[in-house]
Amino acid sequence: MAGTIAIKNGYVFDPLNEINGERMDIFIRNGKVVTELSAAELKDAKEIDASGKTVMPGGVDSHSHVAGAKVNVGRMMRPEDHYKFYQKKTPLTHSGCGYSVPSVYLGGYEYSKMGYTTVFEAAVPPMEARHTHEEMRATPMLDMGGYLVLGNNWFLMRYLKEGDIEKAAAYISWMMRTHKTYGIKCVNPAGVENWGWGENVHALDQANIHFEVTPEDIIKGLAELNEMLGFSMPVHLHANNLGHPGCWEITRDSLKIPKNIKARPKDHNVEWAETKVNPRRHESVYLTHCQFNAFGGTSWRDFESGVKGITDYVNSHDHVVMDSGCVPFGDATVMTGDGPAIHDLYVLTGNKWSNTDVECECGSGVLPFTYLKSNPVHSVQWAMGLEVLLYVKDAWKSIMTTDSPNGGPFIKYPQVIAWLMSNKARQDTLNECHKWAADRSGLAAETREMTLNEIAIVTRANAARTIGLSHSKGTLGVGADGDVAIYDLDPAKLEVSDYESIIRAFENAAYTIKGGEVVCQRGEIVAIPEKKTYYSDIAVNADEEKKMIEDVKNWFKYYTIGFSNYPTPEKYLANPTPIKIDAEV
Amino acid sequence: MAEVILKPVSKFELTIEAEVITPDNFAGKNAQEIGKLLVWEGPQQLPISNFFEVKGNGGSSAQDTTIVIDGNVPRVKRIGEAMTAGRILVKGSTGMHVGAFMQGGEILVEGNSDSWPGMEMKGGLLHIKGNSLDHVGSAYRGSWKGMTGGRIAIDGNAGNQVGGGMSGGEIVIGGNVDNFCGTRINGGLIVVKGNAIRTVGAEMTGGTIVVGGRIGKFTPGFQQTATESNLKFNDIECPGEFKKFAGDYAIPQKGKGVLYVSAENNEDL
Repeated sequence: MAGTIAIKNGYVFDPLNEINGERMDIFIRNGKVVTELSAAELKDAKEIDASGKTVMPGGVDSHSHVAGAKVNVGRMMRPEDHYKFYQKKTPLTHSGCGYSVPSVYLGGYEYSKMGYTTVFEAAVPPMEARHTHEEMRATPMLDMGGYLVLGNNWFLMRYLKEGDIEKAAAYISWMMRTHKTYGIKCVNPAGVENWGWGENVHALDQANIHFEVTPEDIIKGLAELNEMLGFSMPVHLHANNLGHPGCWEITRDSLKIPKNIKARPKDHNVEWAETKVNPRRHESVYLTHCQFNAFGGTSWRDFESGVKGITDYVNSHDHVVMDSGCVPFGDATVMTGDGPAIHDLYVLTGNKWSNTDVECECGSGVLPFTYLKSNPVHSVQWAMGLEVLLYVKDAWKSIMTTDSPNGGPFIKYPQVIAWLMSNKARQDTLNECHKWAADRSGLAAETREMTLNEIAIVTRANAARTIGLSHSKGTLGVGADGDVAIYDLDPAKLEVSDYESIIRAFENAAYTIKGGEVVCQRGEIVAIPEKKTYYSDIAVNADEEKKMIEDVKNWFKYYTIGFSNYPTPEKYLANPTPIKIDAEV
Repeated sequence: MAEVILKPVSKFELTIEAEVITPDNFAGKNAQEIGKLLVWEGPQQLPISNFFEVKGNGGSSAQDTTIVIDGNVPRVKRIGEAMTAGRILVKGSTGMHVGAFMQGGEILVEGNSDSWPGMEMKGGLLHIKGNSLDHVGSAYRGSWKGMTGGRIAIDGNAGNQVGGGMSGGEIVIGGNVDNFCGTRINGGLIVVKGNAIRTVGAEMTGGTIVVGGRIGKFTPGFQQTATESNLKFNDIECPGEFKKFAGDYAIPQKGKGVLYVSAENNEDL
């Protein structure tokens, strides 16, 4: 029977069900986790002996740049990223190449090798949604979705300025359906719009040009709208002043803005897998790549980690969840909707640089970057990414990412896991780094070593919970998708000082199982599974929507494309999976 | 020293990618085993013996192995790629990327070379007795990190972008070069005995370029700092009088590169 499998005797880590390394069996029937299989079913089912191995839900990446226009710009402008990192065609798989910006095929395979089954694209500009969906559809092995970039959108800035919240809500719900996207992304609110005039904003109360809205207006507005509409995930924030010394303060102050907004996800129609822990989010803001938003000091000369300022706030408040944006050293490609931040990096490095203005919506920048252990600032950034995860006391408030490929490519996750689990791994790297890593961060004194349970939280359970996907992902509860990663790591014999063995285990999962099918075995792709694309389907008041559409049509004269060519039809998606949301507007 | 002779027997209707032809790969193998090594022809991998008659066995190590390619192989690419030791002698012309990423040992090409000889080379000696096309010792497309060590000697002429992005090692061109010689270099030495068309040292941020002939159009971002005679860089001698320039001032990392230009052939500068 397809999608039916018995995984026997593994050490299971399923944090959403408070299963912490218990030896047990996992059964999957027709692609979904079940309590048991009948004797007849067992006879036909594939059986995997997982004794002496670590079993976790399939990995979930809630923030990665893997598809769409700017990722493709990264590919086009970086032939040198391709020629040393490639994979041959096999009877089953496509050939592919690219280290920090892999081709869509290679990206899918590489994620699957590490046991990941679900990846969300971090930034979809509305006008580029078709392109993004085409690339997601072509990415094998992964269930996907994307966040719509709305932090500098002309229509929203106008509605927020006018205080027309109903129309703003109608616009967002219409845009999510129109572009088949999943959640709200807010990048350098108000600042990217100013970048159209070569400017930025540098304070939360600084109004931008023409629209005269402030970052605070936008963060507050979008966070309120997010809960009014009842999105599965909190508003996804890339704060202002990113990448500038001293930016940690504006980041902390940004997190204060949605403090009193109550999380109200309204995806009532979804069937939920069994979990012991409450799988619903309670946070009103999801801060991304904290490391890049946590620079201390006032210049590059007195640059230091400002992570503690943010983690202290996060530790004492419950409305924030964040991902780390770790820097694992080596080649990276920085790409973000934050055009001015990338321009500043261009001025700093002189590297080749690409900049895009997405008409009435947003912008972006792309630049090749290499993080060096010998570089004082880079070495502090490495330490900061780990501080973000280690300083947050409750692992349910953090998610491990590299903001791939900004801090480094996602294929470095096993290395990051090793640093989190092994103090020796960190001390060994500190010894190879510029001394600023130890002098200007607190990492050298931090002795916390994450457990496998905590790793399961920050690499799958919490990523899924944060974006409202724990109804089927990030858990092995009954009813969940049969996505499982089995690693060659025996928790009973684990010596974290031998961190190379941790890296090896997480680099190539012994088995990656998707929907109850083995899809990858010890680094070799053995099956190409069906995949899903999630988006939010929000119903709002039809009259309000009609009025809003009139505004949009009226302003569409500012676009270079016709209104009828704007939407992304469902045919662009692989197995479109709408999450129905009943908004109260 | 053991010698392996590869005699081309194919018409090479498609070019082949033969990065497997290195002393490192041939060492410890007999002729039959060497014949079974695979090269790419279009989308498929085929044994070397489809293209070459193989005689002789590899030595015990790369160091002890000499490879002789007994004929013209202008459609065979990547000969000697990333080799660390030993010797390759090509009794004719080679295809693209000969000696790319080379780390040590020696390659002698008796004929001409196609583009990209010694691309991103790190060490060793690559000597081409004839002419070469573009990108001698330069960085791969899109990269600004070219050759970092070793020496490339071309007795004849070379094409565009000699030493693009180079940061170490030496390139000596006996004849002329075309455009963009030493573009974006930040270290190392390029000596051109003959003429250059234009844009020598454009955007250079370090390193040294010597042009013994005439530069057709001189790069604007350079300033003369001195005049020197009879230059000598270890065993490389450049007789005559040279005008010494600093540059390229057209970019932010100003004037750390050195450009010597023959005074006799460039009186107008």
